[in-house]
Amino acid sequence: MSFFEVVRFSLRGLSANKLRSALTMLGILIGVAAVILLVAVGNGSAKAISDRIEALGTNTITVMSTGRGGSSSTALTKKMADALIDPELAPDIKSVSPVVSASSATMTYEGTDHAVSTFVGTTPDWFGASSTPVEKGASFTADDVTQGRRVVVIGQTVAEELFPGIDPIDKQVTVSGALFTVVGVLKEKSSTGFQDPNDTAIAPLTAVQQVLAGYGSLTSIIVEANDPDKVDAVQSEVSTILNQQLKVDSSSSSTTPYRIQNASSLLETQTETADTFTTLLGAVAAISLLVGGIGITNIMLVTVTERTREIGIRKALGAPRRVILNQFLIEATLLSVLGGGLGVAAALIGSQFEIVGVKPVIVPSSVGLAFGVSVAIGLFFGGLPAARAARLRPIDALRYE
Amino acid sequence: MTRPVLEVRDLKKSYGEGEATVHALRGVSMTVHRGDYVAIMGSSGSGKSTLMNILGALDIPTTGTYLLDGVDVGSLSDAQLALARNRLIGFIFQSFNLIPRTTAVANVELPLAYAGVKPKERRRRALAALDIVGLADRAGHEPNQLSGGQQQRVAVARALVTEPALLLADEPTGNLDSKSTDDVLQVFDDLSAAGKNIVIITHEDEVGARAKRLIRLVDGSIVTDVRQSPIELAPVGAAAAHAKVQSVAAGHLAAGHGTVARGSVYAAGGRHTA
Repeated sequence: MSFFEVVRFSLRGLSANKLRSALTMLGILIGVAAVILLVAVGNGSAKAISDRIEALGTNTITVMSTGRGGSSSTALTKKMADALIDPELAPDIKSVSPVVSASSATMTYEGTDHAVSTFVGTTPDWFGASSTPVEKGASFTADDVTQGRRVVVIGQTVAEELFPGIDPIDKQVTVSGALFTVVGVLKEKSSTGFQDPNDTAIAPLTAVQQVLAGYGSLTSIIVEANDPDKVDAVQSEVSTILNQQLKVDSSSSSTTPYRIQNASSLLETQTETADTFTTLLGAVAAISLLVGGIGITNIMLVTVTERTREIGIRKALGAPRRVILNQFLIEATLLSVLGGGLGVAAALIGSQFEIVGVKPVIVPSSVGLAFGVSVAIGLFFGGLPAARAARLRPIDALRYE
Repeated sequence: MTRPVLEVRDLKKSYGEGEATVHALRGVSMTVHRGDYVAIMGSSGSGKSTLMNILGALDIPTTGTYLLDGVDVGSLSDAQLALARNRLIGFIFQSFNLIPRTTAVANVELPLAYAGVKPKERRRRALAALDIVGLADRAGHEPNQLSGGQQQRVAVARALVTEPALLLADEPTGNLDSKSTDDVLQVFDDLSAAGKNIVIITHEDEVGARAKRLIRLVDGSIVTDVRQSPIELAPVGAAAAHAKVQSVAAGHLAAGHGTVARGSVYAAGGRHTA
């Protein structure tokens, strides 16, 4: 009896109970698709996070003060920021942007109030260093900063809240009693977390210090390197200069009153976190595949048990054990291969859509693994009861109820 | 004489162990020669189905030898047994045992498929076998679209399509009405007339009366073994069998035919108590 004939028997066996075959395949389909999609979602969100971190600028470092209680000896000052612009000691630095930020400043325009979550005072270089381009209007100039002109560039959310349907450029807004002129609107940024990055306003450092923050310490200093590869060099240059300025003994680095945040090291940490996240999602999906596998096992057991009588008839008609075993193995294989294949297809189609705000990115190895596991489960748990049934004496199989 | 088609010697079969042992067969010996049409009768529990399953190589005896067409079945491997069931035996079940949701012709083709016959040849022979049982026009019907009698005739076609040395039928008419019973028995008569070797199990007198030889089984042993009509002639047919059963029931013992009479009385008695 040729292999092709056995395949035809199997197809006939499957089509004899179309609903059950379809449901079995559905179980495998869901298991496989879940594994592939969940891993893809984990991978996609990891990729999205790293994309955003890269968008923040991998060629910048952020210097922040670690001092608590505002001790003046450890605070970052404008003087230190200026000291960093030193072609001799720090040749790799492209720009330095001192930043003061005031949280929750209320902006008012013609009776409409809006509490801006971050009100940033800085220099024009900040727009380039933090990859925050201006969409409409213009950013303020270095002259604005030296003159302390009260101009402001607002984020999309602020523009929508205060100026619904109106062009905000050249409008006057009140911030803590002082009038600011809107000169530009920032390009919309995608969210990186819970905070809305578009709910912001950027004004000249001097103006913000006058109106909101006072002439105290800076919140942070953003330093931009000439080249992403020079970030490490810039970091050491910055710490050398700051150690000088703050009179810190460079040997006891653990007690420095400032902290340098590096976007690429942030990226590394984030990637590790995201990998853990993907593994976790994969584990959850693997459990669903396992449950799906138990479903397959159950249906295969039922199928074979229910057809024990048929196996008895076939044996009585002279079917060798091998042919019967092959028939059921091929049936199980077809079911799991078709189900697994459809699951892969479903996952590929599903990955074209955004899932909970994440664009899934398929991991090829997850496709192979999920498909392989489903086929292995189908083969093993379909084959086991079939082998048992094929070993029965015909009369026992015929009497089986 | 040629080699007997079937020969069993001191066949014993018991189930269970120790105190609970049930002896289904207690040493059955019989020989069936070519061209014979044997009916095995017995009440339920007489071991006739056990005997039939052993003859059909579906079950194995506890002790004793079984020669099928000269081959010792007990010595065959699993694969050889499958081959023997396929080539030497055509088995007909009481409950038809057609494969569900499969057309009549596909059911009949099945043993040929296991024998490795090419699809075209298979289809031709399956249709020819269906024609013999008078169901060529029902070839495309599935079992649930056929009456019981038709299903059993499809099963008969399936049993004889491989041209086996021996046709075994286990109560083939047990689930059928009298009309369908007549149809199926007519097929057996025709097959016997065509020279097939048939062994049939039944508990119906009318079925037993049509066979050329009648064996009665009580408690796992043969009690009578009667030649009812010559082996080389066609079976007596429905009318003669009916007449004989009627006359026995009426109490007319056929004079000078003692063995037949004894067997028939026994049959009649069995029917009264049943």
